[in-house]
Amino acid sequence: MNAGGHAVGLEARAPARGALGAARREAAKVLLICRKDLAIEWRRLDNLPAMFFFSLLVLVIFNFGFDFPAADFLLLGPAVLWVTFTFAGVLAFSHAFALEREGDCMEGLKLAPVDSGTIYLGKLMASTLSILIVEAAVLPLSALLFDYDLAACAGPLGLVVAVHTLGFASNGTLLGALTARTRRGDVLLPILLFAVSVPLMFSAVATTATALAHAPLFAGAAGTWLVMASVFDVIFITAGYLTFEYVIEE
Amino acid sequence: MMSTRDGSPLLNGARMGLPILTLALAITTLYMAFFYAAREKVMGDVQRIFYFHAPAGMVCFLAFFVTFVASIAYLATRRKIWDIVGLASAEIGLVLTSIVLITGPIWARPVWGTFWTWEARLTTTMILWLIYMGYLLVRRYTDDPDQQARFAAVIGIIGFLDVPIVYWSVRWWRGNHPLVLKISGGGGLEPSMNATFAMGIVTYLTLYACLMALRVPLGRSEEALRWLRERASDRPDAGRLHRDDEASTT
Repeated sequence: MNAGGHAVGLEARAPARGALGAARREAAKVLLICRKDLAIEWRRLDNLPAMFFFSLLVLVIFNFGFDFPAADFLLLGPAVLWVTFTFAGVLAFSHAFALEREGDCMEGLKLAPVDSGTIYLGKLMASTLSILIVEAAVLPLSALLFDYDLAACAGPLGLVVAVHTLGFASNGTLLGALTARTRRGDVLLPILLFAVSVPLMFSAVATTATALAHAPLFAGAAGTWLVMASVFDVIFITAGYLTFEYVIEE
Repeated sequence: MMSTRDGSPLLNGARMGLPILTLALAITTLYMAFFYAAREKVMGDVQRIFYFHAPAGMVCFLAFFVTFVASIAYLATRRKIWDIVGLASAEIGLVLTSIVLITGPIWARPVWGTFWTWEARLTTTMILWLIYMGYLLVRRYTDDPDQQARFAAVIGIIGFLDVPIVYWSVRWWRGNHPLVLKISGGGGLEPSMNATFAMGIVTYLTLYACLMALRVPLGRSEEALRWLRERASDRPDAGRLHRDDEASTT
């Protein structure tokens, strides 16, 4: 397979050279797992379209709920966007591990010569990218539907969306793996994920509002929020990396 | 056979003495709160709920901290006792959090003019309550006992890591919780109030210890019973001990 050949190539080019070499080999493994998931999705297209249409539907429902032509989009829009993104995210996380249960693929993944933390990072990367793809499709549509100028704030908004999607996915990947093996995973995942992600959502809504208002992102409150969100990302990616082993263990 | 009663005289003594001590302390605190502590000048008698509310809030954080430590200890050592301690502490913490969430609004209605406000400590407490409800739900929906313990431990760690972030982020968002103890200088509380408050903390700490001393042996009994059941169902000649559903499948 192409993905496999690429990763092997990376390994060959990175001989054992202390910490840097180890980090590069680790990164190659993470990329390989991520590419595997994305390749499966690319061939089957059975989750991305669902996430996209579901997000679109949520936006439409909110539009009728709030009557946006009259209401101030800057006030309600950030929350609407993030509710949409988090709902789409839940679909990604539950799917990421439903995928592995088919034909006991998880067993194969665990037998592969990679750490469970590496599997976590690969899964995290794949989920984050899937959500980002959906967000990239939904944002322009939301600009059309709610009539705001996306082009003028695309850069800052992109940064905000990326930082918060990563943090959300860091918990989503861990909890997705965990709840996939419980009896009522479909219910447990949103309950756990939304409760843990509350601080990130505060930050997401606050910084998205700043970006939409074309205000400077790195000054004042928005800057502090971005720092908090980055700290959240680091803490929960580390926690996920360290505890993933116990979640996938038989 | 696994014994449910262990020989430690200290633990047996605690199981006998702690409930009596807790009862005596609770009566003393009730008396002090209603008759000894001075009447607050502005808020009047409704302020007396503070002696039940604030200590419960403090001890619930302690309880969740114990769950956090026990979760790490369980994953590190795989000793079942840590799982039992984590579960016991989470259950008690949840009860205390419920007390906080019920007494808070009763006080807030006459003083703030509203039952609820989305302020830092209130929001943190509610999120905490939701996270540890999730902790118990994960246990309920996981069948395999070892998996149950591992999953719960992961939630116990993730959940507690989230607490300071939630607190900080909501405070950054908005805040108006009375910081009684921060009014320093000569101390924020009148001496009789201070004594009652200290008594409240001692009472809740003793209550926590008492419930732990009852709940942990109960958890060990549950574990022993489960072990016996498993052993019985492994032996075909022990058919009489089978539950009906198990007997029908074998």
